[in-house]
Amino acid sequence: MSNNKDQVYGDHISERFNNELLELKTRFLEMGGLVEAQIGSAVQALTANDSVLAEQVRAGDRGVDQMEIGIDEEAILIIARRQPAARDLRLVIAVIKMVVDLERVGDEAKKIAKLALKLEEEGQTSLGYVEVRHIGNHVHAMLHDSLDAFARLDAEQALQVMKEDKRVDEEYQAAARTLLTHMMEDTRNISRCMSIMWVLRALERVGDHACNIAENVIFMVKGEDVRHTPMEETERVVGR
Amino acid sequence: MNTMNPSISAEANMRGKAAAISVPEDKHKETVVENKPEDTVIEEGKTVGKPFTADPKFKLRNVDVSYGADRAIKNISLDIGRNEVIAFIGPSGCGKSTFLRCLNRMNDSIDICRVKGSLELDDQNIYESKRDVVELRAGMVFQKPNPFPKSIYDNVAYGPRIHGLANRKSELDDIVENSLRKAGLWNEAKDRLDAMATGMSGGQQQRLCIARAIAVSPEVILMDEPCSALDPIATARVEELIAEMSESYTIVIVTHSMQQAARVSDRTAYFHMGHLAEVNKTDTVFTSPQHPLTESYITGRFG
Repeated sequence: MSNNKDQVYGDHISERFNNELLELKTRFLEMGGLVEAQIGSAVQALTANDSVLAEQVRAGDRGVDQMEIGIDEEAILIIARRQPAARDLRLVIAVIKMVVDLERVGDEAKKIAKLALKLEEEGQTSLGYVEVRHIGNHVHAMLHDSLDAFARLDAEQALQVMKEDKRVDEEYQAAARTLLTHMMEDTRNISRCMSIMWVLRALERVGDHACNIAENVIFMVKGEDVRHTPMEETERVVGR
Repeated sequence: MNTMNPSISAEANMRGKAAAISVPEDKHKETVVENKPEDTVIEEGKTVGKPFTADPKFKLRNVDVSYGADRAIKNISLDIGRNEVIAFIGPSGCGKSTFLRCLNRMNDSIDICRVKGSLELDDQNIYESKRDVVELRAGMVFQKPNPFPKSIYDNVAYGPRIHGLANRKSELDDIVENSLRKAGLWNEAKDRLDAMATGMSGGQQQRLCIARAIAVSPEVILMDEPCSALDPIATARVEELIAEMSESYTIVIVTHSMQQAARVSDRTAYFHMGHLAEVNKTDTVFTSPQHPLTESYITGRFG
């Protein structure tokens, strides 16, 4: 760690404080990587009817939960020991909030994995998979970009993630309409389409969590809370 | 800019070198913060944030203080609001104590000290008023409790006596009691008013010094690191007292404890090598400071 010096959080007089902050950041990114993989695998398990992979995702959620607890503990200790201020304080607070989002994304992955197992039992048809794959890829990219924005403290990239969310919402609406058409065409599709709807709903939520992470990145970098703020105002904050 | 400049850039170079040696090139580079402390030179008279207020108690403009050839304060302008608690923070030698001492002309007793600029207390020029009047209006509490080697009572009564603020013994008794009450010391001291003040604990002595300062009914209380010699409990008492006193006094506190500044003050002023780098609401300073030097200092990156 010491030969890979962090230019933003690694220049305190106290080397141990540097290491604590870097450790927090690293652990958060590790958790992010794990959660990203969980979502990718869940979508893959569903669209490939891979029940083994779906079971792995279900089991993998415990690891996510453990990381959440560990990161919170680390953050609390930093506050107790160091009384961080300014950008250090914003990092610690943002991490405490963002792990909640990551943990929820982990839950959504688990939910999708369960639905994948259910769909796999019900029979081999690819109805609705195009939509799942499409939105799945989209929110997976958003999550990846929000974590990338965190790693590089890039408020501009975080803003792009927030803008993507509107498109995900539109795609979700369009997919819901398509599924509704399938259900009206043949009532035997209803059960299956409802499961797909739950999957899409879970993925749409993943996009929302990626947005929350992006908002926290902007808070860390710019020092301003952009939650519940019009997009033009957020753009102004990021552009400063 | 001025004669002190070479020393700024010399120090800046030194820090720059140290940083260059310890930070290896890394291809996954973090976004580099612009204006690292080693690169930042403050422009004289430029203060970031909000140095001015609507209803100032002190109106200080273009203040310059030198000790002989050394310029300790470089063209600082600042308002201190009525009944506000303002904290002066900054690394040792940044000028915060010097600036504090200008506010009641304590620097006058130093021969080589020259104060220039306009310093007004309620629109009256401090350096054109009588010095003892200024001292009466702005009392000072020091780092080390410095009670007189007299009784508790006489310590508090000293100021009112020499300034003739009480006509009768009963009036003086009232002043002493009120001052000790305001300083949160009455319950501990009321049964031993004739005891020597020097026999009290450090925390009690400091509160006695505060009682002594407020006994002459000042409008402003200047505090120069009032808690640095006290334990955490005594510190908490003094901080509680500051909060209570802020209802009726304007309080200026110089402190090395950033947590203390964050706890007690409404506004915080960050001094750096004789410049006033930033003045902002304390909440802003400790969450999103505007000047990179303030940020570096309060987060323990240098100082």
